[in-house]
Amino acid sequence: MTSLITPPEVAPVEETPVEDVAVRPARTVVRPGILPAPGPKQWVAACSLHVLVPGRGVAVLLPGGGQAALFLLPNGMIYAVDNIDPYSGAAVMSRGLTGDHGGEPTVASPLLKQVFSLRTGAALDDPDNPEVALPTYSVRVHHGVVRIGIPLP
Amino acid sequence: MSAPTGTNTVAPTRTVVVVGHGMVGHRFVEALRSRDAESTWKVVVLSEEAEAAYDRVGLSAYVGAWDRSALALAGNTYAGDQLVDLRLGTRADHIDRDSRKVTTSDGDVIAYDDLVLATGSYPFVPPVPGHDSAGCFVYRTLDDLDGIRAAAEQAIARATAEGRTANGLVVGGGLLGLEAANALRLLGLTPHVVEFAPRLMPLQVDEGGGAVLKGLISNLGVQVHTGAGTSSIDAQDDGRLAVDLSDGTALLTDLVVFSAGVRPADAVGRAAGLDIAERGGVVTDVTCRTSDENVWAVGEVAAVEGRCYGLVAPGYTMAEVVADRLLGGEATFPGADLSTKLKLLGVDVASFGDAMAATPGALEIVHTDATKGTYAKIVVSDDAKTLLGGILVGDASAYTTLKAYVGREVPGDPGALISPAGAELGADALPDDAVICSCNNVTKGSICGAIAEGACDLATIKGCTNAGTTCGGCLPTVKKLLVDSGVELSKALCEHFEQSRAELFEIVASTGIRTFSGLISRYGTGTGCEICKPTVASILASTSSDHILDGEQAALQDSNDHFLANIQKNGTYSVVPRMPGGEVTAEQLITIGQVAKDFDLYVKVTGGQRIDLFGARVEQLPAIWRRLVEVGMESGQAYGKSLRTVKSCVGSTWCRYGVQDSVGMAVDLEHRYRGLRSPHKLKFGVSGCARECAEARGKDVGVIATDKGWNLYVCGNGGQTPAHAKLLASDLDDETLQRYIDRFLMFYVRTADRLQRTAPWLDSLEGGLDHLKAVICDDSLGIADDLEAAMARHVEGYQDEWKAVLDDPEKLGRFVSFVNAPEEADPTVAFDESGPRKVPVMLGMPSTNRPR
Repeated sequence: MTSLITPPEVAPVEETPVEDVAVRPARTVVRPGILPAPGPKQWVAACSLHVLVPGRGVAVLLPGGGQAALFLLPNGMIYAVDNIDPYSGAAVMSRGLTGDHGGEPTVASPLLKQVFSLRTGAALDDPDNPEVALPTYSVRVHHGVVRIGIPLP
Repeated sequence: MSAPTGTNTVAPTRTVVVVGHGMVGHRFVEALRSRDAESTWKVVVLSEEAEAAYDRVGLSAYVGAWDRSALALAGNTYAGDQLVDLRLGTRADHIDRDSRKVTTSDGDVIAYDDLVLATGSYPFVPPVPGHDSAGCFVYRTLDDLDGIRAAAEQAIARATAEGRTANGLVVGGGLLGLEAANALRLLGLTPHVVEFAPRLMPLQVDEGGGAVLKGLISNLGVQVHTGAGTSSIDAQDDGRLAVDLSDGTALLTDLVVFSAGVRPADAVGRAAGLDIAERGGVVTDVTCRTSDENVWAVGEVAAVEGRCYGLVAPGYTMAEVVADRLLGGEATFPGADLSTKLKLLGVDVASFGDAMAATPGALEIVHTDATKGTYAKIVVSDDAKTLLGGILVGDASAYTTLKAYVGREVPGDPGALISPAGAELGADALPDDAVICSCNNVTKGSICGAIAEGACDLATIKGCTNAGTTCGGCLPTVKKLLVDSGVELSKALCEHFEQSRAELFEIVASTGIRTFSGLISRYGTGTGCEICKPTVASILASTSSDHILDGEQAALQDSNDHFLANIQKNGTYSVVPRMPGGEVTAEQLITIGQVAKDFDLYVKVTGGQRIDLFGARVEQLPAIWRRLVEVGMESGQAYGKSLRTVKSCVGSTWCRYGVQDSVGMAVDLEHRYRGLRSPHKLKFGVSGCARECAEARGKDVGVIATDKGWNLYVCGNGGQTPAHAKLLASDLDDETLQRYIDRFLMFYVRTADRLQRTAPWLDSLEGGLDHLKAVICDDSLGIADDLEAAMARHVEGYQDEWKAVLDDPEKLGRFVSFVNAPEEADPTVAFDESGPRKVPVMLGMPSTNRPR
């Protein structure tokens, strides 16, 4: 460690960005990574957080008949993707095995074992094909209850 | 620097009050006292922290040693200096500039001639809901670290009791955030870092460097989430915190450390009406004088001409400037070099000059090496002659040289500054005396020698040459040498385990490790996947009689094992009760029929002399099994990599040709080996005479009656590559037959690869069938007793998996369709019953062919 007390960092909240040409080097553009679909959402209560078993998923019935697969990983991360396996059309993703591939958190379809990113929903073997990507859902935890966000039309 | 002590001849005539006793405040006092030969100034220092100035830059060094004195700055108590009055734990609450008086938190009022603000900064905590929950910390002071330590120890105790690992979240992926993550790691937590920017250390490194940095940091076990902020924090009843992230994910964590940047601690100056910069900080001119001529500001609270500096070096310069000015000097603050070089979690990061190429026309030259995990970029002027700045990640050894060139013309090709010395030659081009592993001084010659002597994998080479046993950086080259020599590599199970299944089995058997997390943390990397998890689950099941859905093991099981049924194409399950040897009672048969009727299941007789019931939804499985268990049926393990069925002909009890009781033997064998988890499924056949009606020679274990006893055949498979079973031993009595099968099965379970059935396993055995005969019949390896004992433990510990589930409300809990609507049938499950037989219909998918 050398001569630093603290880095002059940017605050990571949705503040109105203030231009500060003096301190910050150029090009430190703060742009979001993967964000859930913007816009208002309906938040559907799925279950108590303590119901989730680390490493496994549960299926959540959504209003309108859709289904989400909700996962708690052993490292504490919580993800939700669509429950329907795009390869088979069966609602089975919640029963898949989780893990990581090269650090990317994943779930494998229990049917033909295609592997999907839990973060982006992309199929690892066909990442640019939207036909075989799992839609992802936002998750939130409030008062110990996990909620899943469905974009409102 | 030593301050002049005690023997003042002249009483001081003026008083300076220093507000804040951090590194910069202390430097100011030292500078003033060492230069004030006339002793004109009396110094009063107010320190809000109870600790005298300490090395905040080295704050992270406190973790582990927990020794405050090791961080204390030299001379920070001014012992023996009568002219310094250090008041610890005392805050400046109010500054009255008109009367030049400071009111302290103790209620004292101190008159000053000049006042120096050195209050530093405070950690910025994003105002998200729940940010003040218990378990949320900042990373700034020794007290903060003590708090984090206590919480971490508590979290680990709790996590250990619950059989999980504890984790911690650091909000902010800048320099300090990564230091905090390392602190959490040292405390034994799994650290997560969320950074709102798309990369770590967004101020110091660019996108390419950030990617390399993320890889290096992730390899150290830090979970990095970039492009995500914190939206809210929800405290759970058990003391943990559920943190919603802005990317739509959430995280369950034991504690949170905010490290989202700092803000100048300018409150007291603000209240006193001093000019404040737009983004905070007390505005000063280049002499560090604020809008009040008797008030100065130094360090992080100072906005020199509107600009704040978060580094200690510029703060020290400001301290010197003000000390000089108070003694009548003319010093000014010259600005500061913001270049940084540091080692974070052992990873070098350096950033200097115009690192982000902001200069108009600037060009970038990048050299990145994904295998070594290094990234080097230099920024040059538009004529490619002058070095403007750069970024180094993974290896910052060039920093000193490069920084020396900033602003100067570079001799020759600027790209040569960062390209590795000379072109990279392939390992095969290296001479034999070239050192491959520099940690242990192992040459290419000795590695190739080891390969020539038969070392055929990395582990063996590491064992006999020591190459790659220290930093491991040379392993790719060693691997290359192996590949070049024609050795076929990698028995690795998957990307998480370098070991083969057989090696993992030996590890589990010899170490007694009983959890996947324990195994992967000690012998693997990452968090596992759909390949290694079921494999380890199978090994754990083969080596104990625990229920496969007990504890952490449940999470490892493939979907079939997890629900103890066979998943079908539409997500429904089929149910196969065990019918040992193909035997079933009339009562059981009636129950099966009634269950099929009541649950509307499609019924088919399997190739293994049992009955398969198709189309059960997950939430129906317990009710179905309750009825089957009631009539004495048990799981057939049709879903497992385990003993499936022992097929038999009717044998000597009924058949006029039969020479032995094949049904009786089949039932005994099925009862003996039921539930045994193995690398792949196991099928048996028992024929009562040489006519072989049970097709036993197509099975993994085939038993064929002779007039003297039994012939034992092994390693027959159907499937894609059919193989006839080979004769292992002839004319065995019942007891010897069973003993040989015990040995055979356990030997296979221990040594086969994942999903390797017995025929290819036999092919892969060195020495083939003769070796197998020697091991099983002559105990050539001396392991027969072990193998038999292991099987005896299995037989002893067998329990029906389904009955155990029905008796355990917790295990039953998983058999629901939806966690929020447990009884609701899956609306996507539908059947077409208009044809000759019931078939699943996939909603929204092209329809499959209707049956004819």
